Amino acid sequence: MAPAKKRNVSSKANAKKIKIDFEGIVERILKSRKHANDVFDVLEFLQSEKEKDVICAVDACCKLFCTLLKRKDLFIGKLPGEDEAIKGEHSPDEKYKIFMRHRYNNCVEILLEHLHHETHEVKESALCCLMKFAAEQGLHPLEDLDWSEYFSFPRELIQAVVHNILSQSLDNSLLISRFQEFLEMDDIRYYVMSFIRDNVATVMNKSKGAVLPVYQSNVFTLMLNINMPSQETELTNFMVKQETKHEDWKAAKLHDHKRAFERMWLGFLKYKLPNSMYKKILVVLHDSILPHMSKPTLMIDFLTAAYDVGGAISLLALNGLFVLIHQHNLDYPDFYKKLYNLLEPSVFHVKYKARFFHLANLFLSSSHLPVYLVAAFAKRLARLALTAPPTALLMVLPFIYNLIRRHPSCRVLIHKPSSEDELLEDPYVMEEVDPALCHALESSLWEIKTLQKHYHPDVAKAAMLINTPMTEQEDDISEVLEITSYELMERDLKPTESKSFPLEFETAAHLLEGRGEVLGRHFCLA
Amino acid sequence: MGKAPKKKNLADKVRKAKAATEIKNNPFEVKINRKKFDVLGRKSKHDVGLPGVSRSKAIIKRKETLLKEYKQKNKSNKFIDRRLGEYDAKMAPEDKILQRFAIERQRAHGKRDVYNLNEEEELTHYGQSLAEIEKFNDTVGSDDESEEKGLLSAELTASHFGGGGGLLRKKTSGGYQEDEQGGQKIKSRQELIEELIQKSKQEKRERQVQKEEAQELTEKLDQDWKSIQALMVKKTPKAENVDKPEEKAKPEEYDMMVRELGFEMKAQPSEKMKSPEELAKEEKEKLQKLEADRLRRMMGDEGGDGVQSQVHMSADDLNDGFVLDKHDKKTLAYQDGKWNIEEETEDDKEEEGESEKEEGSEAEGENEEGEEGSGEDEDGHSDLESEQESENEENDEEETLNREELKARQEAAKAELPYTFAAPESYEDLKDLLHGHTPDNQRLIVARTQKCNHPSLAAGNKLKLQKLVGFLMEYMGELATRSPPELGTIDKLIPELYALCQMFPEAAGKSMQSILGDAAHSMEEAVEVKGHAAFPTLDMLVYLKVTALLFPTSDFRHPVTTPALLFISLTLTKCLVRSLQDLTSGLVLCCLAVEYVSLSKRFLPELINFLSGTLHLAVQDKASAGCMVVPPFRLSGKYSDLLVLSNSESCSSWRKENLPLSATQQLELKSDLNKDHYSRLNCLSTCLDLVKRCCLLYKDLTSFTHIFQPIRTLLSKHLSSHMLPSPLQELHSEILEAISSASVTHTRLVFEKKKPIPLKLFTPKIVEVLDYGKKRGSTREEREKERLKHKYKKEFKGALREIRKDSRFLAREKLSEVMNRDAERKRKVKELLGSLATQEGEWKALKRKKRK
Repeated sequence: MAPAKKRNVSSKANAKKIKIDFEGIVERILKSRKHANDVFDVLEFLQSEKEKDVICAVDACCKLFCTLLKRKDLFIGKLPGEDEAIKGEHSPDEKYKIFMRHRYNNCVEILLEHLHHETHEVKESALCCLMKFAAEQGLHPLEDLDWSEYFSFPRELIQAVVHNILSQSLDNSLLISRFQEFLEMDDIRYYVMSFIRDNVATVMNKSKGAVLPVYQSNVFTLMLNINMPSQETELTNFMVKQETKHEDWKAAKLHDHKRAFERMWLGFLKYKLPNSMYKKILVVLHDSILPHMSKPTLMIDFLTAAYDVGGAISLLALNGLFVLIHQHNLDYPDFYKKLYNLLEPSVFHVKYKARFFHLANLFLSSSHLPVYLVAAFAKRLARLALTAPPTALLMVLPFIYNLIRRHPSCRVLIHKPSSEDELLEDPYVMEEVDPALCHALESSLWEIKTLQKHYHPDVAKAAMLINTPMTEQEDDISEVLEITSYELMERDLKPTESKSFPLEFETAAHLLEGRGEVLGRHFCLA
Repeated sequence: MGKAPKKKNLADKVRKAKAATEIKNNPFEVKINRKKFDVLGRKSKHDVGLPGVSRSKAIIKRKETLLKEYKQKNKSNKFIDRRLGEYDAKMAPEDKILQRFAIERQRAHGKRDVYNLNEEEELTHYGQSLAEIEKFNDTVGSDDESEEKGLLSAELTASHFGGGGGLLRKKTSGGYQEDEQGGQKIKSRQELIEELIQKSKQEKRERQVQKEEAQELTEKLDQDWKSIQALMVKKTPKAENVDKPEEKAKPEEYDMMVRELGFEMKAQPSEKMKSPEELAKEEKEKLQKLEADRLRRMMGDEGGDGVQSQVHMSADDLNDGFVLDKHDKKTLAYQDGKWNIEEETEDDKEEEGESEKEEGSEAEGENEEGEEGSGEDEDGHSDLESEQESENEENDEEETLNREELKARQEAAKAELPYTFAAPESYEDLKDLLHGHTPDNQRLIVARTQKCNHPSLAAGNKLKLQKLVGFLMEYMGELATRSPPELGTIDKLIPELYALCQMFPEAAGKSMQSILGDAAHSMEEAVEVKGHAAFPTLDMLVYLKVTALLFPTSDFRHPVTTPALLFISLTLTKCLVRSLQDLTSGLVLCCLAVEYVSLSKRFLPELINFLSGTLHLAVQDKASAGCMVVPPFRLSGKYSDLLVLSNSESCSSWRKENLPLSATQQLELKSDLNKDHYSRLNCLSTCLDLVKRCCLLYKDLTSFTHIFQPIRTLLSKHLSSHMLPSPLQELHSEILEAISSASVTHTRLVFEKKKPIPLKLFTPKIVEVLDYGKKRGSTREEREKERLKHKYKKEFKGALREIRKDSRFLAREKLSEVMNRDAERKRKVKELLGSLATQEGEWKALKRKKRK
């Protein structure tokens, strides 16, 4: 050991030379057992301050221990303590193996620590190295394979990696995206899923349900990166092949994958989540989570809770609910009533407007809905349209027209000729939460009449449609769902040949003058 | 073979001899055409055919035409008598002779006597020698001639042209009857003609005398009239004409006079000055027309969209913005007339200045030429330098006085701006040009640049000025972004921009569009990233206001104002209010929005949302409010107490004052609580005033109550008037009154009444059928084409048939000819043989006799 230390001193003096020499050291260690102590040098560098040195050392370690693992030069079985081993009666060969196994353990510990390093490169190389170890360890297990039902897999190593990736203080999203490539392997994925669940349970229990934004976002990113296979036959990519009873291995069964996936998500969603996280989850819920669950109906609690939160979260929960209702026969009491109450002025302003109206269109496309309900929706939307921006109006007007087209008995909303010239107040009650009691059918869509005076020509034209009987053909609203104000402006800004620019004929002399002088009334130049 | 034609001929003869009825009754002659369908009431021409008759007809016809031609074939010699009138049966023999003689004379004359000057024939007109006529100074003009022309009597024509006239014919025929008398006939005729000529001459003379008398009378009348006319009109240009010599006085003069009289009567009122009322009326009419045009565009009528009606375009307008002086004046007119006067004096000065400058440049020599026109600074310097140079150069005592004068003038010129400017080529040029001038001077510079580079002056000017529009807009934006913003300068530049815009609507519109597009694009991007955006800076507000000044805001769809409104709407929905500045910006935008829709009264939901959100900011206890708030405002949050009034004392001392536009950028930090409070109150008062205006604008909308419901609840429940200063209390109550006074009842919606679809009628539809059995339903042209094709085919077939028949006929003729010839030959041979036989017989008999 002493010469090694000496060497350390000198190595610090001319680090550069040594760095290049890493390969030489590894060669030497591998060539003869005499140079086994050089391992300390490498480990020393592994803990160095300099990132470059660390990365080089990581590479060297990776090579070294992978080869050793392949050669089975590491002690296999229950590892005795280092001091014990020196004292105990072991053959020199065994002693060497025990020594190396200890060094290997040291190395893994250091690498796991490096997963919390500030620089991404270090983290990444450490992660890669660890995963290589895991792969080698899977091929050449360090445990005795005594029990027949015991499947060899580097559980502890992977668990430790998962544990360290899910940091509570650092946002590890980059590292996690790197980790994703390992998750392509089915057995790793399976075990990682169960480890995540355990980890979440322990961490969240420790924090007693309080919100941990960084940790939770790490977990969420990791979970989101799990790509579930859709068919059993796709389960072919394994890191470790089991020689015996491969068929019985849980990691090789899709059903178990699904259960692990489901338990992982449920375990995660059980705890209180930050609001932004809620939205993120709800956005992806319907297409990347629900299909891979063995029992999607288990999500019902989460979704109903989210649906009751109100605002944008409710709008997003709709999507998941739709999948459950549509494909899994969920019976949701007062679904339409709730949907009706979701309609507020803000629906036209939120980011998820397009998604919401796409779904609402789906829900209301049923021809079995009662007339009063459809009328209530149409009337409420029309009322809300009084506060909507033009982009929303261009979408909501065809929406209302489609409702009326699908349910011809709603036509009384725009055409009720029987009563001659009687004046009446709008009988519709906006504040009523129950669409059955809001008297929408007795009302007319005067709001659309108002919108015929809207400032935007396209909106005004769309509103004009109620003056004449509508065509049978439904409008396709999918094109207008995502329209933005700028696109709307471009319609007029586009240079066309025939366009002329009519001019104002009142002569302008001052900045604040003109058209009622509203600006001049309240503001002055200086 | 030879029998067949003979037989036929015989048959023909028989047929001819028979009466038509007999033929028709003969069943062997008649061929009955079988009818497929018997159609009632239809008369058919061709039910019975007479083949024999028609065949014989055809043969006769051929014999007359084809056969003759055939016989004439290859026989080219022909005797044609080309003498005049030889084949004209109508011509009398004497006439023939006369005319032949005339032609002969003519021919002889034309050929031989072209250059024979001595032996000229005397030319006459109306029987009078032309030379004699020339001697007279007869004033009888063309008028006379035309009268004479109308008098071509039958006798006259007869005497002149010798034929045609019925009268003469009768007489000549009469002459023929007396043919037996021989030589007397010709003599009597000559006498007759002479008599006739004499008669006509006499008549003519009489007419001439009459005319002269009439002319004298008219001339006298004219004279009289002129003397009176001189009294009536003092300064008629025609007075000169009166003095003109008589020789030229023609009868047309009268016509001219009449016309002139008419013109003069009309011209008189047009010369009269227009009264101010009339001018005002005209102006009013023009404005009414423009207003009507505006309304039409507001309704969104597409019809005359492309037509720019405010500027009259003449057919040879080059579209270069050059307008006649009257219009020009109008566009440059200042509000109260000051500008016009100023302009004129400036024009005068300009000329002076230019001449001055020319003098200066002459004095300063050639080295200064390069600097001229590059900018007013250099110009100033050049003046100075030239001054110095001239001082150095000229030392003569006598010239000192002169020089001092010049110097004084140059001083004055230096203080003034130069009068010509080159149009800026880039934005930097414009900035350099305007840098360091007072706002008024900047306006002058722009105005002069515009004048100097008027499109009518040079070819490239149009493009230069179009660029200037864009630069000027950019400059305005920059002025607004300076700190402190130079809004006064912008204000001064507005009339210039307006004038330029009137000249180049296209350029102005395009540059404004690009400004709006860029601003909207950047805002959209910010919204994509953050979900909200910051309020636009002052330059954007200025641009929006300028848009409203330059373009009509009430159009249903306008390439500039519609995007501008959309931009306002975008800012009002996406920009978060985080400070009083933001709120001020928002209120400026609201003011602009109200201005935009003030004429068209269009509904702008974002405006109401923003105003109600602003009022909500002033509510003290948000928790109990329970009212709807539309984004970008929130029910509660960091910035939701911006307008809460806490200090009730300052309410009483507050006076409404206009906020500067620069307050949208930075409100002076108000350490003084009172002042901060004042600006809050200012915002609130602006907001309330805007609400009031909106109430008035939208009171006719069917959903008025529902639109203003949130504002009503806010004002009545949460923002009670006792907390507000008295002017605001007034506004408050006015708004509430306006909202509650609106009618809440409406008639139900019904579709517009459609024009009823007419019932189906049972009268048959009449379709023109051109050819039976042809397909119908194709277009008219196609049918016509079909018809013509069919006709062509029919004609072609017919022609073919005729040709065949012709050739058959000819062949038959040829055959018969050959047969005839052969028969003739046989006959002759027989004859010869017969004669030979008789000869032989005779000879034999003679021989027998001899033997005996």
